[in-house]
Amino acid sequence: MITFWVLSPLMVLAALGLLFARKAVHAALCLAVVMISLAMLYAAQDATFLFAVQIIVYTGAIMMLFLFVLMLVGVESRESVVEVIKGQRLAAAVLGLVFAATVVLAIGQAVSSAVVGLELANEHGNIHGLAEILFSDFVVAFQFTAALMIVAVLGAMVLAHREILVQPKTQRERADERMLLYGSEGRHPGMPPTPGVYARHNAVDMPALLPDGTPVEESVSLVIRARQQDLETRGRHDVEETLSQIEDDDLGGATPKKLASGENSGKGEDA
Amino acid sequence: MTSYITLSLILFSIGSVGVLVRRNAIIVFMCVELMLNSTNLAFVSFARQHGNLDGQAAAFFVMVVAAAEVVIGLAIIVSIYRTRRSVNVDDANLLKA
Amino acid sequence: MLDLSWLLIAIPLAGAALLLTWGKESDKFGHLIATTASAAAFVFGSILFVQLLGREAGDRSVTTTLGTWFEAGNYSVDFVFTYDSLSSLFVLLITGVGTLIHVYSIGYMEHDPRRRRFFAYLNLFIAAMLTLVLAGDYVVLFLGWEGVGLASYLLIGFWQHKESAAKAGTKAFVINRVGDIGMALALMTMVAFFGTTSIAAVNQAIGGASGSLATGLGLLLLLGACAKSAQFPLQAWLLDAMEGPTPVSALIHAATMVTAGVYLVVRSHYIFDASPTARNVVIAVGLITLLAGAWIGCTKDDIKKALAGSTMSQIGYMMLAAGLGPAGYAFAIFHLLTHGVFKANMFLGAGSVMHGMNDDVDMRHYGGLRKAMPITFYTFGMGYLAILGFPGTSGFFSKDKIIEAALTHNVWVGIGTLIGAGVTAFYMTRMMLMTFYGEKRWRDGVHPHESPSVMTTPLVVLAALSVFAGLISLGHWIEEWLEPATGPIAHHEPPLPIWVITTIVLLVVAAGVAIAWFSYGKKDVADVAPSDQDVSFLTRAGRSELYGNQINDVLVVKPVTGLTKVLTWGDTNVVDGAVRAVSGGVNGLSSFLRTWQTGFVRSYALAIFGGATFVVLALMVVTLG
Repeated sequence: MITFWVLSPLMVLAALGLLFARKAVHAALCLAVVMISLAMLYAAQDATFLFAVQIIVYTGAIMMLFLFVLMLVGVESRESVVEVIKGQRLAAAVLGLVFAATVVLAIGQAVSSAVVGLELANEHGNIHGLAEILFSDFVVAFQFTAALMIVAVLGAMVLAHREILVQPKTQRERADERMLLYGSEGRHPGMPPTPGVYARHNAVDMPALLPDGTPVEESVSLVIRARQQDLETRGRHDVEETLSQIEDDDLGGATPKKLASGENSGKGEDA
Repeated sequence: MTSYITLSLILFSIGSVGVLVRRNAIIVFMCVELMLNSTNLAFVSFARQHGNLDGQAAAFFVMVVAAAEVVIGLAIIVSIYRTRRSVNVDDANLLKA
Repeated sequence: MLDLSWLLIAIPLAGAALLLTWGKESDKFGHLIATTASAAAFVFGSILFVQLLGREAGDRSVTTTLGTWFEAGNYSVDFVFTYDSLSSLFVLLITGVGTLIHVYSIGYMEHDPRRRRFFAYLNLFIAAMLTLVLAGDYVVLFLGWEGVGLASYLLIGFWQHKESAAKAGTKAFVINRVGDIGMALALMTMVAFFGTTSIAAVNQAIGGASGSLATGLGLLLLLGACAKSAQFPLQAWLLDAMEGPTPVSALIHAATMVTAGVYLVVRSHYIFDASPTARNVVIAVGLITLLAGAWIGCTKDDIKKALAGSTMSQIGYMMLAAGLGPAGYAFAIFHLLTHGVFKANMFLGAGSVMHGMNDDVDMRHYGGLRKAMPITFYTFGMGYLAILGFPGTSGFFSKDKIIEAALTHNVWVGIGTLIGAGVTAFYMTRMMLMTFYGEKRWRDGVHPHESPSVMTTPLVVLAALSVFAGLISLGHWIEEWLEPATGPIAHHEPPLPIWVITTIVLLVVAAGVAIAWFSYGKKDVADVAPSDQDVSFLTRAGRSELYGNQINDVLVVKPVTGLTKVLTWGDTNVVDGAVRAVSGGVNGLSSFLRTWQTGFVRSYALAIFGGATFVVLALMVVTLG
């Protein structure tokens, strides 16, 4: 019983964490806590097989799947605190409390008979006993779950499948394209030189220098340029930023940081 | 024994309230999983109380079905995300009157 | 072999089914299939006829049962076909004239894009008409009766792109429904009183039935016959039916279908034998139609409508003869046969004229066609002589017999038929003169020419038959042949010697011809019809078909339209009103409930959770309470 009293407050807290966590990753971690604790409770109740399965299937496979999808759809996305549906939270809380109170009073008090225990059933071991039931009384259901699993796999494949609209270019085609560009525009067909000048600077935002000392602009990654993090524009940007900051301070307006965080909040507004 | 069942019911209630208040589809889904797990706990507890393994077998089947459900559900979430760029359940509200 | 008579029906029916289901590929040769099917039926009918000839007089009725159609309790209807002396003649007429008209239509419909369909309908008609005349049960007869009605409707409205044709088809169909009600009531009466609709059984049973039952049955059958045969008062559809292609007018609305009413009366002669009242009504209907048809025929300038009036009139003769009872049945059938031949001949002749005149039907635009289309002229002339009753032609034998029998029955009826003969002579002569003699009154751009041989060959055959078909009455052959089917001929001495009657008839006919000659032969014919104000009351009435349509309008159409309006008002405001009130209520309720449908899945989940909580609470209350 010690196990129970240690674990149960932990589980309730973790479950409540699921309710209140702002970040989905935190919620997932809370759920993992609940599940592992559950596995221990199973073990405490002589369900050794389910203990193993709970760890392997739930915490091992299903939680991984959850985290995987979380990473896929954006870990950073947060829920806005404002509830859209009027009264939803209040109604849910009241209903939840009423429900919990009712079932705890009704079912919890109805369980009064003596605990038989599983010593007899687990005579030949828990796995042996479970197998005996699964492959005799529940064998049809067992077969059906097998079919269900196959259908589920197929369904997942169908749902996650993406139609190829345009045939991707092969390496050959891309090489030909480059040669064509070289022919028509004179663009260099090979890789641009790596950025960075080794004597004084050693950074990706530094363009490479040709033997005659002129910088090769193409050697700096386009991404860095787009983010205005390359040396040249950053220098200019810093000045601009300072100027605009001064301007904003005068007007008492919003901070220019808005630009950087605009991506996420923009998404929130879309919703 | 009552304490196990009570814990299971509390977890179930928390899970259902979570389904109602959370808007991130993945978290809603986790809450559903929480509800399933709480029933599993009840199954296992009742199995011990009655001294046979039918409850454990039922819990086993619940796990299997939950695994299948998670696979499909997450695939649906991913495909919705792919088209709508959002996992907010309130965004999928085209079926309104 | 004789019990294979059902094959007569099956062959053209198969032809129709084949043509209606086969696709476009059969457009090229579909007409040949149909003609072959019809000709095969004719050949087979001839073989059967020869076999029947070889039998003893008492043995000339073969009944074949193919199986049970349907049964209910003790009442059952079999597919039973009777091949006897009466139906054998009909089979020959239908398939013979039918085949000739099939051949004629190959030429007439050559340029019609829907020719295959036309031939399919013709075959369907042949099959239905054969079912009608071969049926051994009134219900099977009714099947054929409706079949010919359907074929008639389809063929009158064959050129459905013309509104007038579509309306004419509908009109024929609707008026025939009135007659069908009579037929259906007659069938129900038979079932109610005799428990059977087999013709033989009904004929047996009618002997023991009361006179009023026989009268009722007879009048109901007569109602059906009136509609099908365009007899007064259901005659209005026949003139409009001329909207159909001319071969259809010749086959259906002159030679065969319209005479089905006469066939019905003769086939049911036991019923009419048992009821003098019904017979007198038949005579009255026949006499009225005879004179009315002749009257209309005198005034129409449309060649087909004039011929249609003539058809009405001639069927009036047959009806009248059938109403004379045992003295007239054989003559009714005899005149039916000769009329079928010579009227088909004249209709096809009229079709040939129209073919040469760019489908113009106004006789005032004809004139002098004698030279332009000699074959048509001579063959039409044969038909003309036959319908006039020129000595030696078929009409001479058949019509004089009817006039004699009518005079024997009642002097006034006889005089009526005599007047009819005179008027017939007048309008037929008028038609001949206006079409083939006199000045050319052709419209510009019309170049009359003789029709191709595929059209003139049937004309020649039918012309020959028009002249010689009367020979079957020599030595009373036709009366004796029909005796097993129509009962023994009742011979009464006519009030005057026969040669006197014949002379009087010929004199009356000559008078009719002479009057027509003075009016249309000596004087020029105006190429535009005189307006209604300039003609006598008689002509005006004839032109508007004796106000048949107007009478129908006042007596039936207007009251029914009024009733329909009242019912429609009730339907829209009372019945629909209730329905609309309910739907409006549901609509309002649902648009209120719709506001709950927010589209937020969490709202729905909340509702479900609330429901679950409620159930648990309720359970608790129940258990604890």
